[in-house]
Amino acid sequence: MNSIYLDNNATTKMREEVLEAMLPYYKDLYGNASSVHEFGRVARRAIDDARQKVADLLGASSVEEIFFTSGGTEADNFAIRGVFGALRSKGNHIITSVIEHHAVLNTCKFLEKEGCKVTYVTVDKDGLVDPENIKRAITDKTVLISIMYANNEVGTIEPVTEIGQIAKEKGIYFHTDAVQALGKVPFSAKDMDVDIISISAHKIHGPKGVGAIYIRKGTKITPQIYGGHHEMSKRAGTENVGGIVGFGKAAELAQKEILQDGGRIKDLRDYLYKGISSKIESVRLNGHPVKRLPNTLNVGFKYLEGESIVLNLDMEAIAVSTGSACTSGSLEPSHVLTAMGVDPGDAQGSIRFSLSRYNTKSEMDRVIEVLPPIIKRLRDMSPLYEGHKQ
Amino acid sequence: MQGQYSEKVMEHFRNPRNVGEIPDANGIGNVGNPVCGDIMRLYIKVDDKETITDAKFKTFGCGAAIATSSMVTELVKGKTIQDALKISNHAVAEALGGLPKIKMHCSVLAEEALKSAIDDYLKKKKSGA
Repeated sequence: MNSIYLDNNATTKMREEVLEAMLPYYKDLYGNASSVHEFGRVARRAIDDARQKVADLLGASSVEEIFFTSGGTEADNFAIRGVFGALRSKGNHIITSVIEHHAVLNTCKFLEKEGCKVTYVTVDKDGLVDPENIKRAITDKTVLISIMYANNEVGTIEPVTEIGQIAKEKGIYFHTDAVQALGKVPFSAKDMDVDIISISAHKIHGPKGVGAIYIRKGTKITPQIYGGHHEMSKRAGTENVGGIVGFGKAAELAQKEILQDGGRIKDLRDYLYKGISSKIESVRLNGHPVKRLPNTLNVGFKYLEGESIVLNLDMEAIAVSTGSACTSGSLEPSHVLTAMGVDPGDAQGSIRFSLSRYNTKSEMDRVIEVLPPIIKRLRDMSPLYEGHKQ
Repeated sequence: MQGQYSEKVMEHFRNPRNVGEIPDANGIGNVGNPVCGDIMRLYIKVDDKETITDAKFKTFGCGAAIATSSMVTELVKGKTIQDALKISNHAVAEALGGLPKIKMHCSVLAEEALKSAIDDYLKKKKSGA
C-alpha cells in the first residue's frame, strides 16, 4: 500500500530537480562563497543566481532586497525583533493578530518582557483579520504591523493589501509571514505596500533549513546575528550554499507552475471535501470558504478528538495533522480555531488535510473510502455522540 | 505522537477492549471535559460479593485516553471493589508499557473514572437503589 501524504503545510517532498541542483554543492563545489578563489566564486555565483530566482518569485524590485536565513522562523524573529530594535526610540508598539504562527506570537511575547506593547487583533469566524481593527489599534507609538499572508492551519488568506495600505498611510512598517502563501498564491512585493516578508524553502518542495527575508530597500532593521559581512551585513554566517541553491531551484519551478498547479490542487481539495461531507455527517469546514489557500482543507469532525483520527489514518498510511505540526505536542485546542470562535470541544476534532502537486485523484478516493468507517468507529466510542444517533 | 506511544498503547488503541455501555450497570463514572480533549465514561457491574464482573467504557479523546480506558476496564474485571480502589494511575500506565510524559494525565483520568464509578456504586447501594 502506497502511503498518502496530506500534510504539505507541515513540509513538502523535495523535488527531484531541486535535489539534483543541490548535490554538486555537497560534492566538488564546496567553496565558501566569501573566498576570493575560484572555489569561492563558484559558490558566490550559485547564491547570486538563487537570490535572483527567489527575488523573481517574490516580485522584489531588486536582488538586494532578499536575505537568506535558516528558515521562516528566523525570518519572523528577524523582522519583528529587527524593527523593534531599530525603531525603539520612535515607539514600542506592535500590532499583530491572534492567529499568527508561534514564530511571530512567541517573538512578540518575548518582546513584551523587553518593554514592547503588543496588540493582538482578533479574527472573524472565517479567520479573517478586519483591517478596520488594525486601523483602530494604531497609536503614535506603533512601529510595526505583522499579519500573516495566509494562515497555516485553516488556509485563510488575509487582506494584506488593505493592511499594507493602512500601514503605508500611517508610515508604519508592515511585515507579512508569507511562509504558507509562497508558491501557492501568486503575489508580488512591488505591487503591494509591504516592507518585510518571511518565506521558507521547505514549504515549496525545497530543502529544510533555509528561508529568506525580503526587506524593502531603505527599511530600518537591526541585524539579529552578528559576525562577518555575509548577506550584505544583515545576517552573518557562512552561507548554506547547497540549501540556498535548492531554494532557488524550488522558487524557479514554483513560479513556472504556480497557476496550473494551484488550479489542479484546488480541484482535488474540493473533490476531497465534497466526498467527506457527503459521506460523513456533522462535519464543518474551518476557514474561509473562498479566500483560502488552494491546497488547504481543515475539517471539524464533531464529537471526536483529532489525534485519534490522525492515528487511525496513519495506520492506513495516510498522513494528516491536527492543526499545525509545531503545536502537536500541546494539549490546548488550536489557538487559531479557538480565535475563530469554534467551540473548544469541536476544535479538538479538527483535521488539516494539506495537498501538494504530488497528490492524485485516486488518493482522494482512498481517503474518502477509508475515513467514514474510522469516524463511525470513533464516534461509536465517544460519549459525546450519544443522543445524536438516529 | 505515535512514535512516543509504546506498542502496548498502540495495540489497545487499535483494538480497544470493552467498548460500549452496560445497560444495567450499577456504577457509572464520568470524568473530563471536551476543552481538555478527554472525556471518559466508565460502566461497572458489581455482584453481591462486591466483585466487579464487567466493565465497559466510552471515551472521547486521544490515543492515550482510549488506551488507558481500555486498560483500566481490563484491570478491574474480577477484582473486588476494595482491590479496584487500589489501582493507581501509575498501575494503568505501567500495564501499558508506559505513557509519554505529556499523556500521563490520561492515566490519571482513567483512575478518576474508576473511582467515580465505584463512588456511584457505593452511593446507589447506600440509598438502596
